[in-house]
Amino acid sequence: MARAIHINLLGAIAGGLCFVFTMILGNPGRAEALVADLSDHLIAVTTDFTGTELLLFGSIEEEGEVIVVVYGPRQPVTVRRKDRIAGIWINTASEIFGGVPAFYHVAMTEDATEGLPLSVLQRHQIGPDNLKFDAPDTMSEAERRDFRAALIRNKQATNLYSDEPGLIEMRGQRLFRATVVFPVNVPIGTYVIETLLVRDGRIESAQTTPLFISKIGAGAEIYRMAHTYPGPHGLIAILIAVVAGFGANWIFRRL
Amino acid sequence: MNIYLPIAEISVNIFLILGLGVAIGLLSGIFGVGGGFLMTPLLIFIGVPAAVAVGTGANQIVASSVSGVFAHWRRGNVDFKMGGILLAGGLAGSTLGVWLFSLLKDMGQIDLVIRLCYVVFLGIIGSLMMVESIRALARTRRVAKGTASRRKLHEHNWLHGLPFKMRFRKSHLYISAILPIMVGFFVGMLSAIMGVGGGFIMVPAMIYLLGMPTIVVVGTSLFQIIFVMIHATFFQSYLNQTVDVLLAVLLIVSGVIGAQLGTRVGSKMNGEQLRSLLAAMVLLMALKLLLDLVITPTDVYSISLPVSQ
Repeated sequence: MARAIHINLLGAIAGGLCFVFTMILGNPGRAEALVADLSDHLIAVTTDFTGTELLLFGSIEEEGEVIVVVYGPRQPVTVRRKDRIAGIWINTASEIFGGVPAFYHVAMTEDATEGLPLSVLQRHQIGPDNLKFDAPDTMSEAERRDFRAALIRNKQATNLYSDEPGLIEMRGQRLFRATVVFPVNVPIGTYVIETLLVRDGRIESAQTTPLFISKIGAGAEIYRMAHTYPGPHGLIAILIAVVAGFGANWIFRRL
Repeated sequence: MNIYLPIAEISVNIFLILGLGVAIGLLSGIFGVGGGFLMTPLLIFIGVPAAVAVGTGANQIVASSVSGVFAHWRRGNVDFKMGGILLAGGLAGSTLGVWLFSLLKDMGQIDLVIRLCYVVFLGIIGSLMMVESIRALARTRRVAKGTASRRKLHEHNWLHGLPFKMRFRKSHLYISAILPIMVGFFVGMLSAIMGVGGGFIMVPAMIYLLGMPTIVVVGTSLFQIIFVMIHATFFQSYLNQTVDVLLAVLLIVSGVIGAQLGTRVGSKMNGEQLRSLLAAMVLLMALKLLLDLVITPTDVYSISLPVSQ
């Protein structure tokens, strides 16, 4: 499993160079407070996918701190709690949370959140504790807190949520860069990457960049077939198995 | 070398999968068991979601039982009439099984039920096999001393008094059709939930419950398993989209090679000692699954995506 994570280096370099040239050649009078981009806007999950790493880079006009938040597609999630019944651990309680990002990652420059009020952290959902889920009304406050914490803990255990915020490095006063790791089990869908510029305890500027993660190649075709035409897919699976059974018999009778 | 399985949505080492297929094929070749009852839990151990392991297992069993039935059919050891009756029960049972499967999945209890079924059946089968092989080893010693006694072919009991009697020429039986239908139904239901062909339950049931002669048992059971598993594959794909064709193909290819090697190896080895080894392995697996249920989990909370639709 521990194969080298392949980075689209060429793309990153090319993108970076373009960006730097635009910076140099562009009209300095119209410079924006915050500009950010990704080394790639599409992650292809192919049959040899083992996870990947993207480079997020950009520049800020004046000195400040940068926070990057990456959200996967939002979906409902069921959280279940086991209790010991007759010596066996059995799922007893469950709750469904809505609007849970399938993937979540935060990266920031050192001490970027220092001095940011909680209301700002919550509004921009900075840090897993400040994520907004649609929680069911049926639970008590304490129970909801436990289930919520369990959801985040489970996501972190499968590397879909970051434990610790990643570090954004500054290059000089204005350029910044950060790498975002997408593990092999990364869910497919449309991702949103929000880059925030922080200055004097408030969000000065924000930029949103989309990212698409989709299955590509033979595996993707199989997946699409299985979900769009489940009937014919089942028949083909059976046909393959029957033919393989006949074939094996035929071959090995001749050996 | 890693390969991303499109339906299971995990990346696994391709050699691990192929090795698994060969190893289980080898065992099934040596012992004449289907291997599904080893394959499905092992797939779950390496991280394939339980539902996908069950659906894909069904698909793989279609191939292995098609290739296995020929040898028996050529020797005339398939009772098609008995197979047909068992199949009627089997199809009804596996329909109910697939339905129960999705119901339990909605309730969040499917993992528990799958594991409990495995603990119970692997435990029973493992113990029976162990006892049988120890007895056989003891018997061969007694035969050497000339004190072995001949066993009865089969005994009659109240089950043979049920109505709707039918004649099964190949099995030399005149019994109620209700009995094989019930056996087929029960095994079909379990095989849909556990992702096994059910041969390891079917074969003892045919011998001890129906009283069929041992020689036609394996061929007849394989014959009906083909159709029950075709049925299960179709409905797992159609209702749950849990058949991973890529994984199935890898397992089929490696499994077939393993099975062919196994038949060759098996004829040259001491069957009874091997059987006790397999029994020990089956018991170990049952124990591991049982421990997973009993030991306090690292996190008593778990998450899953709610069922779509």
